[in-house]
Amino acid sequence: MKILVPVKRVPDPATTIRVLPDGSGIATDNVKWVINPFDEIAIEEALRIKEKQGGEVVLVAVGQQTWQEQLRTGLAMGADRAILVRSEAALDTLAIARLLAKIAEEQKPDIIILGKQAIDDDSNQVGQMLAEMLGWPQATFASKVEFQDRKCTVVREVDGGLETVAFDLPAIVTTDLRLNEPRYASLPGIMKARKKELKEIPADSLGVDLTPKLKIKKLDPPPKRQAGRKVASVEELVQVLHNEAKVI
Amino acid sequence: MGDVLIFAEHQQGKFPKSSLTALLAGQELAQKRGGKAIAVVAGDSPEQLAGELAKYGCAKVIALAHPALKNYLADAYAQALAALVKSAGAEYVLATATAMGKDLMPRVAARLGAAMASEIVAINNDGTFIRPMYAGNALATVEMDGPVKVVTVRATAFDAAKPGDVAAPVEKVDAELDGASTRMQFVAFNQTKSDRPQLTEARIVVSGGRGLKSGENFKTVLEPLVDEMGAAMGASRAAVDAGFVPNDLQVGQTGKVVAPELYVAVGISGAIQHLAGMKDSKVIVAINKDEEAPIFNVADYGLVADLFKAVPEMVQEVKKLKQ
Repeated sequence: MKILVPVKRVPDPATTIRVLPDGSGIATDNVKWVINPFDEIAIEEALRIKEKQGGEVVLVAVGQQTWQEQLRTGLAMGADRAILVRSEAALDTLAIARLLAKIAEEQKPDIIILGKQAIDDDSNQVGQMLAEMLGWPQATFASKVEFQDRKCTVVREVDGGLETVAFDLPAIVTTDLRLNEPRYASLPGIMKARKKELKEIPADSLGVDLTPKLKIKKLDPPPKRQAGRKVASVEELVQVLHNEAKVI
Repeated sequence: MGDVLIFAEHQQGKFPKSSLTALLAGQELAQKRGGKAIAVVAGDSPEQLAGELAKYGCAKVIALAHPALKNYLADAYAQALAALVKSAGAEYVLATATAMGKDLMPRVAARLGAAMASEIVAINNDGTFIRPMYAGNALATVEMDGPVKVVTVRATAFDAAKPGDVAAPVEKVDAELDGASTRMQFVAFNQTKSDRPQLTEARIVVSGGRGLKSGENFKTVLEPLVDEMGAAMGASRAAVDAGFVPNDLQVGQTGKVVAPELYVAVGISGAIQHLAGMKDSKVIVAINKDEEAPIFNVADYGLVADLFKAVPEMVQEVKKLKQ
């Protein structure tokens, strides 16, 4: 099975994010950059499928040269090769999905697996947009993915329970937390990754309209919540909730 | 121009509160853009359900009908909704950012070649929207271009529409659907059985974290407090990751966003991504044995204590209140 895994570079989730005083973005000094955690789960799922059924795992990212780092990390986890669609400009989700659709048309994967959302812009859009552009089925928020020949069955995490959907490949799956526990890159994996193919393609060579339709005008820090006070005992806690806050 | 189509989700024949939230947010948007708010209820025969929304303040309710819309499936629903947006000439399509809204709306946006703003928390008068990014550590003001724009709203940021006296007309529209191009099949829905209130709709939420140490302790230690308080139960991502509880209890950036009147965080350290899901709660209580835990920075009332002693004690104290 040929599996395409789109990957995004994001600030480490443990990083404290600070908005720049002029509202033009976030402070990036001292930010450690990592693979979006949900995309890591996607890579892991792709590797497990390949280990069971054979095939190829191809990573793709849309970003700057620095994004090579995250693609190399994915290759070190075990992916076979990677494609970096180079764009220096900030793109919106629609443009990114269009670029990925072009790559998918050229690579012809059986399945595309990606994170349900990137933890920087928290949009949760690209997988679904890509599915529509390709005219493929989609299973977002996946917690279990199974195959029987060309038929794929996915358990999805939805409000109030679990939903199961099925479809024939090709299709798109976006990952939720419980799908798997991603592996760490091994030392031999890291050595091997250096020799794996990492191809760069300029975004503007793909014949896609990249003009952003969604623009971020400015960022503001959220209003700060005032820390309250400590109480000395459970009895005091319940009393203040009853008499002062009047919530119980 | 300025018309807003509001996708009103229903589950098992009922509208969750989040759908009423979508109605009010859509009405606010329509008013600010000088258009009409039109609710859409999709299904195989949604006329009766659509009728239930007639008094909730929209100019019209559309019952979007087709046999292929019996169960929610992203490909069929996106096709039907996008076609309706075009034929109705709406400028905005809006839904609440529930699991279904998140799944469906980007697909609708792609079909329409439209921009989309996810989980907006405010509608500005100038046509821009405000939405959180970076787990709520930044609030972005976003502007969208194009004849159609797609929006999902964060349920906790808007009130729910209330029924009035005037009933809007309900119009049945047969959905335009090309069955050959929809390939998804619905197999099953396994509902989580619970007598407790829904996490996103509860007045009180009691959440547990890694400090609970096991799934068993969620049952024996936390649940008695949850039930004594008539609360919904939540959990931190750490607790979900550790396998203590299912993911649909997760409160946080990548789980559910809640804003109850009272949020009680038990054995939760307060990672950024958890705070993103609960910091808009009215009153926050934290019980943690580590007095340096970041959860205390957002808590109105903090108790530094061993939760295994404090929680059973709290059950007794809450019981006393009721006597």
